[in-house]
Amino acid sequence: MAQLQDQVTMAPATAVAEREDAPQKSFIDAIHDTLADEMRADDRIVLLGEDVGRRGGVFRVTAGLLDEFGPERVIDTPLAESCIIGSAIGMALNGLRPIAEIQFLDFIHSAMDQIMSEAAKIRYRSNNDFACPLVIRVPFGGGVHGALYHSQSIEAMFVHTPGLRVLAPAFPADAAGLLRAAIRGDDPVLFLEHKKMYRAIKGPVPTGDFEAPIGKARVVQEGTDVTIIAYGMMVHEALKAVSVVAEETGVSVELIDLRSLKPLDEDCLVQSAKKTGKVLVVTEANEACSVASEVAATVGEEAFAYLDAPVMRLAAPDVPAMPFSPPLEHAFLVDAEKIGAALRRLISY
Amino acid sequence: MTTEVTNAPDKAVQGAFNPQSTAVSDQLPGHYPPPSATFEATTISAQVAPSSTGDAGLPPETLIDMYRHLALARALDERMWQLNRSGTAAFIVSGQGHEGAQVGAGFALERGIDFLLPYYRDLALSLVFGLSATDVMMAALARAPDPTSGGRQMPAHYGSARLNIITSSSPVATQIPHAVGIAYAARMRKTGAVAIACFGEGGSSKGDFHESCNFAAIHKLPVIFFCENNNYAISVPVEEQVSIEHVADRAAAYGFPGVVVDGTDVLAVYQVIKDAAERARKGEGPTLVEAKVYRFQPHTSDDDDRTYRDPDEVKAWRARDPLAQFEARLRDLGVLDDEQVARIRSDINREVDHATDAAEQAPYPDSSTFDRHVYADR
Amino acid sequence: MPTGTLTTIAMPQLGESVVEGMVGTWLKQVGDRIEKYDSLVELETDKASAELPAPVSGVLVEIMVEPGTTVAVGAGLCRIQEAGAVSDEPAMPEHAPVRPSNGNGAYADPVRAPSMARVHGEEIPDEATVLRARSSPVVRRIAEEHGIEIGSVEGTGTGGRVTKRDILAYVADHVEQSVNETLRREPAALPSIEPVPRTAVTVYPGDDVIPVSAMRRSIAEHMVRSERTAPHATVVMEVDMTGAVAWRTSRKEEFRRREGVDLTYLSLVMKSVTLALRDHPRLNAVWDEERIIHRKSINIGVAVALEDGLVVPVIRNADRFSVAGLAIALAEAAEKARSGGFAPDDLAGGTFTLNNPGTFGSLVSTPILVQPQVAILSTEAIIKRPVVVDDMIGIRSMMNLSLSIDHRALDGLAAARFLQQVRAWLEDVSDNLPLY
Repeated sequence: MAQLQDQVTMAPATAVAEREDAPQKSFIDAIHDTLADEMRADDRIVLLGEDVGRRGGVFRVTAGLLDEFGPERVIDTPLAESCIIGSAIGMALNGLRPIAEIQFLDFIHSAMDQIMSEAAKIRYRSNNDFACPLVIRVPFGGGVHGALYHSQSIEAMFVHTPGLRVLAPAFPADAAGLLRAAIRGDDPVLFLEHKKMYRAIKGPVPTGDFEAPIGKARVVQEGTDVTIIAYGMMVHEALKAVSVVAEETGVSVELIDLRSLKPLDEDCLVQSAKKTGKVLVVTEANEACSVASEVAATVGEEAFAYLDAPVMRLAAPDVPAMPFSPPLEHAFLVDAEKIGAALRRLISY
Repeated sequence: MTTEVTNAPDKAVQGAFNPQSTAVSDQLPGHYPPPSATFEATTISAQVAPSSTGDAGLPPETLIDMYRHLALARALDERMWQLNRSGTAAFIVSGQGHEGAQVGAGFALERGIDFLLPYYRDLALSLVFGLSATDVMMAALARAPDPTSGGRQMPAHYGSARLNIITSSSPVATQIPHAVGIAYAARMRKTGAVAIACFGEGGSSKGDFHESCNFAAIHKLPVIFFCENNNYAISVPVEEQVSIEHVADRAAAYGFPGVVVDGTDVLAVYQVIKDAAERARKGEGPTLVEAKVYRFQPHTSDDDDRTYRDPDEVKAWRARDPLAQFEARLRDLGVLDDEQVARIRSDINREVDHATDAAEQAPYPDSSTFDRHVYADR
Repeated sequence: MPTGTLTTIAMPQLGESVVEGMVGTWLKQVGDRIEKYDSLVELETDKASAELPAPVSGVLVEIMVEPGTTVAVGAGLCRIQEAGAVSDEPAMPEHAPVRPSNGNGAYADPVRAPSMARVHGEEIPDEATVLRARSSPVVRRIAEEHGIEIGSVEGTGTGGRVTKRDILAYVADHVEQSVNETLRREPAALPSIEPVPRTAVTVYPGDDVIPVSAMRRSIAEHMVRSERTAPHATVVMEVDMTGAVAWRTSRKEEFRRREGVDLTYLSLVMKSVTLALRDHPRLNAVWDEERIIHRKSINIGVAVALEDGLVVPVIRNADRFSVAGLAIALAEAAEKARSGGFAPDDLAGGTFTLNNPGTFGSLVSTPILVQPQVAILSTEAIIKRPVVVDDMIGIRSMMNLSLSIDHRALDGLAAARFLQQVRAWLEDVSDNLPLY
């Protein structure tokens, strides 16, 4: 299997304004530091996954943790995704708080049975006799020349599965806060880390013990004319698009970062749609049955009387995955340019 | 109390069964005759457990307790068939024929400490770990007091946090990696517990089985892989399921011991599991135990085994019924006499009747609760 | 378990998707004693064969199906009489099948096909046409709220559709026009407001159900709207009408003879009101959200009671009339009201309203404003009462004046000052007051 870390392109840093007093951290450091803090505070926490120990993770998210916590708590597993998740479930059932890593979301399919049939259903099927407090961390998303099998954005399948929580932070503060909430919660959580953001996105991260609320979106900027709803890297692409289009047209855009894909913050989305009347939902995943489709359907249903245009989705085309060669990847990928074009269409509707 | 399901022989099918000449006895024309006492000729690397003699060092009370569990499992199983055929129980899974191996294994483990990861045929094992006849009936009739799932799952999906029986699902072998994780946690927390993962020979084909063997072996985890090989995965015969003759031979590929044992010999299985549990607790790692058993009934109440097995084969294995064999052993040992047997049986009948009545009168789950417990907070 | 129950044992479903089964050999005969779980009969389906166990104990009293017969799942096979007296009453089989039906079974909801009726044979208009006429949900809602026809608004959106911005701009531009128009319309023609959710009213035998007339409805709508838009406050003052009474008494006969109409107290009050309004233009005004418009003309509306309703004819430029003139105008208005001879202009343009419930004996009332006016005055009954005058008890003719104001435009102080002036003039009425 290709080791991707050498091929990840370092995109230029994008600063995101937030709580100005908090120290700036990269997305990857926010995750790493939270893992370390939590493992220090709770010795039931165990990390397991391929290359998470010695190598510190192929993206180096778990660097140094083996040294600090030892091999019993940081396990380099064999190349067996189903067993990684299955044994993590067993650990969760017997008093530990496991955090399993699947090296790329593209490789999670082997573990689907364990995630869907087991983790998601354990509490429900046992009528609350058992719980499965498990965090599954997975790098996802494209734009790093990862091609078909290192770029996938297939989170929709998990959002479709009751019993799971699915999180996809876009800012370092949320990466830290949501990860902490996931670790401390008692439900199985799929924690998606956009691999392009690891080093490209920096932002303020509060110090100390803070959790971000699962199920609440983040209003990145307020506006009155159009609402853009996005998650992951698309939030940053949308920010770029909005600044260009706003300067040209004077449009006032409200940008919402879902950050929690399941559960969705329906109230926030619907309120915004009622305010602006025009909504664009952006995802880098394939369009059919995407999270964007779910958001669009919800907004259309709940905010119908207030809409001044049909709810629009912008997503990847119906092509199996992201191609490798740069022009092909560019054609596939949703980026600031495409978001800007969609935004312009929506403004003039 | 044995009810024989009348399987009218299907003439078209009979011709398909050509008895293999490897059969030990020519009088038994079945495809899979009961095992002969020893397997040495056919194992590759697996040990072969000796047949038991005597009382395996167990006191009479324990032996009688084992017998009771065997008889109760059989009686419950038969009662569930009756309920199914009368239209009361929608769907049941039978474990008749497996009880000897399961009771032997269960008694070799520490109830209250060790973990059971059952599959759907493990009725006897679940009873040994503490599930009651009433519990079983509640689940069979999908009533609210069902402790395994509150009526949410099909019957035979055993589970109880209180009894260390891990909640089970329908996909095959998914419980095996769970056993590995549980064993890992047990060792890390130093509880001394062992996890026993049970599955059929069909389950040993799944990736989860192999991944789990590998992982458990690498970390020398306190887990017992318990394969109840009954020669059929629904209708698929074992030589189309497993590339070798004995599942236990797979253990060597992962670097730990495999043991083949006659699953109809309660005390032989008892001894094997006892040894495996001791190994595990000492930190010596996993063991793969393969008990040769037979499934007297079809796979489930929805299966019709007349299409894939010879009734004479079933009959031949019934002659090796673990319940009858164990009763005979205990009589030989002077632990059981007619009067005791009769009393135990009538006690059990009463227990089963009581459990059935209780379940029939119990309420169904309140429909307004159907969407509870999806997450911790709802 | 009730004794003496006759239980019918039905053909069970011996497997998913099984719908029938064949009865084989009966293992028990009629008259046999049956224990619960005894095997009764051999059954065969294409999925499985089985012996049917008895669900109850008792005596087998009837075999309903011959061996070799195929029956549907649920059909009766035999009957067992449980211990006790023989009863003719058949009971439900003890074990009702619990297997959930799968696929096309009993739990399917009737599938509702989308109503395609209106699409058959009718042309579906193209999207641009629909958009121009109906635009979007939010635009339609705004249009409806303001009574705007979307087609009359200029659209800058796709295909010329009216956008939310377009219609909001239109509404802002036309606010002034719409306020002026409202004043000219008949009260009955004022647009109705959002109805309050109704609670169901039961009609009992003997009740008289009266349909609501158009006038009643328009009064109702106006009153609701007035109450709901303007916060009403009422100020009441007592007026010593003794002088006015004397003045009128001395002149009424002659007036009647000359003019043919009555010289009413209302005309005196009206005179006082018009004079006071000249000094207190705030009460001769209209509330318009961002501004209050003090009307130049003083047009007094007078509420005239009818058998089942009221009408408010307006006497324009009432301040130019003498008391006599007002009395004549009032009489004419009352006459027209009874004969129904009002022209639209007769009823429009009021800037202040007078009400006279005193005629019916009212002592204090809380009149409801006539929109969009900010004040309305009720004259109450004139009653002789003992009052303190110069520290002595005297008998005086007293009359209350009840003034309701729109508390958005006016406060108690302004209302009180106005009313004080009205009162002062009335209390000063003496023989010197000219009739004409």
